[in-house]
Amino acid sequence: MAIEHDQIIPSRPTVTWRTGLAQFPWWLVIILTIIIIMVLRIIFDPIHRDIFITILQGLGLTLYVTVVSFVLSLVLGLVLGLGRVAKNPILRNLAITYIEFIRGVPMLVLIFTISFAVVPLVARTFGLPNNAVSLTTRAIIALVLIYGAYIAEIFRAGIESIGRGQMEAARSLGMSHVQAMRYVILPQAVRNVLPALGNDLIAMLKDSSLVSVLGVREMTQVARLSVSTSFRYEETYFILTLFYLSLTLVLSLLLQLLQRRMRAKG
Amino acid sequence: MSRSASQPMILIENVSKYFGAFRALDQVNLSVEAGEVLMIIGPSGSGKSTLLRCINHLEVPDAGRIVVDGITVNNNEAHINAVRAEVGMVFQRFELFPHLTVLENICLAQQKVRRRSRRESEQIAWQLLEKVGIPDQAHKHPGQLSGGQQQRVAIARSLAMQPKIMLFDEPTSALDPEMIKEVLDVMLALAAEGMTMVVVSHEMGFARNAANRVVFMDQGRIIEQGAPEAIFGAPQHERTKLFLSRILH
Ligand SMILES: Nc1ncnc2c1ncn2[C@@H]1O[C@H](COP(=O)(O)OP(=O)(O)OP(=O)(O)O)[C@@H](O)[C@H]1O
Ligand SMILES: [Mg+2]
Repeated sequence: MAIEHDQIIPSRPTVTWRTGLAQFPWWLVIILTIIIIMVLRIIFDPIHRDIFITILQGLGLTLYVTVVSFVLSLVLGLVLGLGRVAKNPILRNLAITYIEFIRGVPMLVLIFTISFAVVPLVARTFGLPNNAVSLTTRAIIALVLIYGAYIAEIFRAGIESIGRGQMEAARSLGMSHVQAMRYVILPQAVRNVLPALGNDLIAMLKDSSLVSVLGVREMTQVARLSVSTSFRYEETYFILTLFYLSLTLVLSLLLQLLQRRMRAKG
Repeated sequence: MSRSASQPMILIENVSKYFGAFRALDQVNLSVEAGEVLMIIGPSGSGKSTLLRCINHLEVPDAGRIVVDGITVNNNEAHINAVRAEVGMVFQRFELFPHLTVLENICLAQQKVRRRSRRESEQIAWQLLEKVGIPDQAHKHPGQLSGGQQQRVAIARSLAMQPKIMLFDEPTSALDPEMIKEVLDVMLALAAEGMTMVVVSHEMGFARNAANRVVFMDQGRIIEQGAPEAIFGAPQHERTKLFLSRILH
């Protein structure tokens, strides 16, 4: 006899208007109000509108750097995470060394170090000139190397959250260690860490502003350049803030929706 | 490499296993004939699971020798996989793959290890689901099944590899009483077909109806062994008597 789904999920507690008021996402209303006020000013005030259009020119690069860096750091993070849980002590220690190294240094410092020390050094050893790698590419390399370490820890936690018995069951069926990882452990681990990865995508979007220090013309850099000639600090930085706030809000709502979808699918 | 007709299906010689300084198995000697159904009983921590897991190398013995179907189980990866292909294992907690459907659970290793086509593996899976009595659950996920159904899927998943030996580690002890029978029935049918089985369990019904031999373990050693009637009816050792008086009350 099968257990039906609706028997497992506890029925919702009855909502009185009082708990309803307490549970209502007021924070969202407040934030949306702030956003709407800002949007209205952008629509009706030409100065605000000009600044908005200026910063908008950096949006593409912000999104590009974020998406490319995130996808590549997923790959690096997976490789490092697998190294982190490897039985081979050499692999494991290499992975741990790298991860601890990255996590022990501030992100801003790493962005400088990777872009102006590591990348030129590597370029030189391959006989390339110092400026062979564009600043945008350096920014992406830096973000990937940094986030790879953080995402590795997420994957490690995900892999370790799967009970030992799953690996043993797979091995006892004759699967190799690699096959068991690939077909049994990782699919479950990845599903478990999707929320954490979503958080890191949002964090990546925000941290992409740090690469403005390299002169990459993403939103923050565009805003800084604009301010340096217009001196309209208040309007510019409020609108820049609005951009990031709206983006992270939309992104986190999308991620929640996605999660709910996946959970519904089982 | 293969076993000659006179050799036992499983040969365990002087096997010892340590966890740190703790001796989980102490010079165990045991052999299981082809077609034999061997039951292992004993108190918690006596090394029953450890012995079972040494047979398919989930645990590595520190001393001694294990020969399965003529293949010596050593650290050689190829030998280990060769042995595991011959030996099915059923766990107390089922250990089905929760992200796959029942059908996919039974097909995965067939396709990846035995290199069977999707068609062929599914055909075998359907036959086995018929055999364990739950073809109607094929497209569900393990989480939607009762414990008894899950354990029957786990048995089917092992059988799909066409093993010569089946190992059972307390296959019914995580089940509600009303589901124990449906799993034992499958095991009884398997025994009747002549499968070589090593079963860690305290199910007296199975012992009486299917076991050829019962082994009593305590503190990593085999204390005594014999026919079920002998072990349950007239145990020789004090520790066996004490243990049986506790579980039979
Ligand atoms: N991986 C391990 N690390 C350390 N000690 C272990 C490990 N596995 C088993 N042991 C110990 O070895 C002893 C034998 O364990 P085993 O699981 O074989 O006992 P068992 O007879 O199956 O007991 P139970 O009836 O509780 O399942 C126990 O004392 C256990 O604590
Ligand atoms: Mg046990």
